[in-house]
Amino acid sequence: MKHQTRKATRHVSQNEGLIFEKSSPGKSAWRLPPLDVPEVDTQKLLGAARRTDLGPMPEVSEIEIIRHFTRLSTWNYAIDLGMYPLGSCTMKYNPRVNEVVSRLDGLANAHPYQPEKISQGALRILKTLSECLVEITGMDAITLQPAAGAHGELTGLLMVRAHLHAKGDPRKKILIPDSAHGTNPATAATAGYAVENLKSNAQGMVDVAALAAQMNEEVAALMLTNPNTLGIFEQEIHKIADLMHAKGGLLYMDGANMNALVGKVRPGDFGVDLMHLNLHKTFSTPHGGGGPGSGPVAVKRFLEPFLPKPVVVSKADGTLGFDYNRPRSVGRVRAFYGNFGMFVRALAYIFANGPDGLRQTTEDAVLNANYVRKGLESAYDLPYPTPSMHEVVFSDKLQAKKGVRTMDIAKRLIDYGFHPYTTAFPLIVPGALMIEPTESEPKEELDLFVEAMRSIAEEVDEDPQMVLAAPYSTRVSRLDEVAAARNPVLRWKPKG
Amino acid sequence: MRYLPKSPADREAMLQAIGVRSIDDLFAPIPAEYRLERDLKVPRQMAETEIVDWFRERSRENGDGYAATFLGAGAYYHYRPVIIDSLISRGEFLTAYTPYQAEVSQGTLQAIFEFQTMISELAGMEVANASMYDGSTAATEAVMMAGRLSGRRSVVLARSLHPEYREVLSTYAAHQGMPLTTLPYTASGRIDLAALERAVTQETACVLLQSPNFFGTIEDVAAVAELAHKQGALLVVAIAEVVSLGILEPPRQADIVALEAQSFGVPLGFGGPYCGIIATRERYVRQMPGRLVGQTCDRNGKRGFVLTLATREQHIRREKATSNICTNQALMALMATIFMTIYGKEGLKELAKQNLAKAAYAAEQFGKHAKLLFQESPRFHEFVIQTSEDPHAINNRLLGHKIVGGLPLKKFYPELGNAALWCCTEMTSRTAIDTAVGFISESERGVRSAPEVDVEEVAP
Repeated sequence: MKHQTRKATRHVSQNEGLIFEKSSPGKSAWRLPPLDVPEVDTQKLLGAARRTDLGPMPEVSEIEIIRHFTRLSTWNYAIDLGMYPLGSCTMKYNPRVNEVVSRLDGLANAHPYQPEKISQGALRILKTLSECLVEITGMDAITLQPAAGAHGELTGLLMVRAHLHAKGDPRKKILIPDSAHGTNPATAATAGYAVENLKSNAQGMVDVAALAAQMNEEVAALMLTNPNTLGIFEQEIHKIADLMHAKGGLLYMDGANMNALVGKVRPGDFGVDLMHLNLHKTFSTPHGGGGPGSGPVAVKRFLEPFLPKPVVVSKADGTLGFDYNRPRSVGRVRAFYGNFGMFVRALAYIFANGPDGLRQTTEDAVLNANYVRKGLESAYDLPYPTPSMHEVVFSDKLQAKKGVRTMDIAKRLIDYGFHPYTTAFPLIVPGALMIEPTESEPKEELDLFVEAMRSIAEEVDEDPQMVLAAPYSTRVSRLDEVAAARNPVLRWKPKG
Repeated sequence: MRYLPKSPADREAMLQAIGVRSIDDLFAPIPAEYRLERDLKVPRQMAETEIVDWFRERSRENGDGYAATFLGAGAYYHYRPVIIDSLISRGEFLTAYTPYQAEVSQGTLQAIFEFQTMISELAGMEVANASMYDGSTAATEAVMMAGRLSGRRSVVLARSLHPEYREVLSTYAAHQGMPLTTLPYTASGRIDLAALERAVTQETACVLLQSPNFFGTIEDVAAVAELAHKQGALLVVAIAEVVSLGILEPPRQADIVALEAQSFGVPLGFGGPYCGIIATRERYVRQMPGRLVGQTCDRNGKRGFVLTLATREQHIRREKATSNICTNQALMALMATIFMTIYGKEGLKELAKQNLAKAAYAAEQFGKHAKLLFQESPRFHEFVIQTSEDPHAINNRLLGHKIVGGLPLKKFYPELGNAALWCCTEMTSRTAIDTAVGFISESERGVRSAPEVDVEEVAP
């Protein structure tokens, strides 16, 4: 390997088998206190319902568990280790005070059905976060119930449907730009709508003329991500909103890219009727290896009656409570009140930032993306030269001539000590490299990233075969995904 | 701002490198009339001490310091061994993304593979997914999956399924053209089998029931399975209390099992985040929603793990996907994996036994003073007590002694009158049980000798 990296150095990592392979009868990591009530005869109490064998569940000691999971953890890349430039994922720093406050006894051990008079703290958190998010989005009301972004999308479309149904105008279709995230069309189908694709124009934005032609009384809503997945702000957003509203349709905004807007512009001010937020993106709650998320949906006043129930209300005696009497509500989308632990974290993040911090955060996120763009635009093809907001999308057009595709470049980037960017998305860019640095990266880290990406571009010119076989520095080389899907092995089984 | 790693000089240098004069130039694409020219009206920037103090105050207002709770009903108070938080707080788990890039995500991937193995084993199924949002959405998605598998639309479900799970199902089903028929429970607390036999037809996609059900009663899953399968319908079983699987036969006759694994080391946290899961038979896996981890090999033949069967998912199949789910509950699944590993084969059994014993003792003691419903069926760790007095009033007095009583059922099951659902776990002390029993006994004596008075409603 000719090109060396300044960011990372290989070092030894521990081998570790599956936990089942360490198990043997008689080892244990638990001890229960003595039972203070009489022992029971399980056979007598349960009869045929009684279970006697738990199969090959592990039997190991506490130190083995600590080592097992610590070893596994060292095989992961993480924000805590370095830049995680996944586009549209907003992999920002996850503040540790968030973790501390979410574990306070009265919050972590609160039962969702405990009486309201001993739930005033939790209700106050729900209310305060709601007020902050309503202000940030420029909307009028909000539900915190959805458990993730896609769940928020569904909740939003159910509200669209309820609103149109109440007007006696149930519609059939949802318009979705071809640059959209896959959850948008999947959500529309779940909500019982047909999906109609909307083509982007040469600048990577909604083709307003095409929208005008496609918009009619059959269309319930347009689901629009803004900035879109190319990192481009939809500059004709007001025309888009007007077109939708003129024909009785609604404008839904996918807030996945809200990290480009907070404190600078509010969707409620540019014509959006409803939108979801991803607390696990914009508001710093940890991704945790794939979740949990939280997908609040903010709406304009006319949609407020349709919010999922319950909603938090101030009562006559000054206390807070839940209102279940919401006859026009779309119903429940989840048991209890949503991913409360994420609300605590998101609110702590807002407190730590304040209005000035939130604005500076957005500015730094956009600054970082443009800095990376500038650093890489002479080495990689930029299919849409339209100005970038918080992320930038290149294509592998130049490297593909040598047979090297976006996934190969991404794998090589691992050897340089970085997590890959998002590959092959959005779909409108063949061979996309989608890069979102977020505000959390210092200039030094961005410089190293740009240097690494430029170095890989040179490697592609000089020795494409080498890049094709990357990564070289990881515990495992490229894995056989085809075999995994053809003959799925989805669990461990004991031998014999 | 303390999370932002740039000096003013850095910003200046970067603007220069980009070739713009000020940060405002980068926001030029936003039409001027929409730009926010004022501060957001959110609280001012706070110091860490202020943040901690604010949330401590909220914690104090929120039942911090209560001695005992008898609440269950789909969210359970179990002990969380300390090493769960030690391990999940490692940044490599906490701050990692979904493991799409397998070479730098083997830690998360292997842990999920272990999770899938343990859950499928405990649930008596062949495969389990990497998690769903929670038990209610898992049950709902399991029903949608049964619709796709059977090619049928109508759904028969038990009224003894968690009422909020039923609400979620009805929200989703309304837009999927899936009519729901809800069947009553009998005096035994179990689903009415005669009504079930009448309700299940050749149109029925699936039967959905919970066991132990909302009342804590263990259903006769085998009998229900037989009636469902006779008509070609699938059986979906929801399990809201996974600790029960340590001592109860899993629903092996089911086709799909929808679980809530909160009890495995996930904090109560006022209702979330929790850990839903769908488990099923191998032959149904291609209709299963949610992420799946599979074992495979790298180029040198070394074992490794990847996300697999992605053609079921929204990022590949878009509107034809099995579900719109993307983000799941990975960190909660990791908590559950560590919990299951700590207790393991013997500990899970003993833990379940302690829960059973505590509830058996409590039910017996409560039953001496008030009416224990659904006595003839086996139970796990929840039971329904009917009192003469409104249970809100009894609970109100218990609260004065820092004890949270059982869940009054009038809101969900008005036909049960003054009934409440009580839950005991390994965390419930005999002292707390005896104290609560004392209040019930006092209430019954009081009601027999005094006229009824109005009471303040304190529970939802």
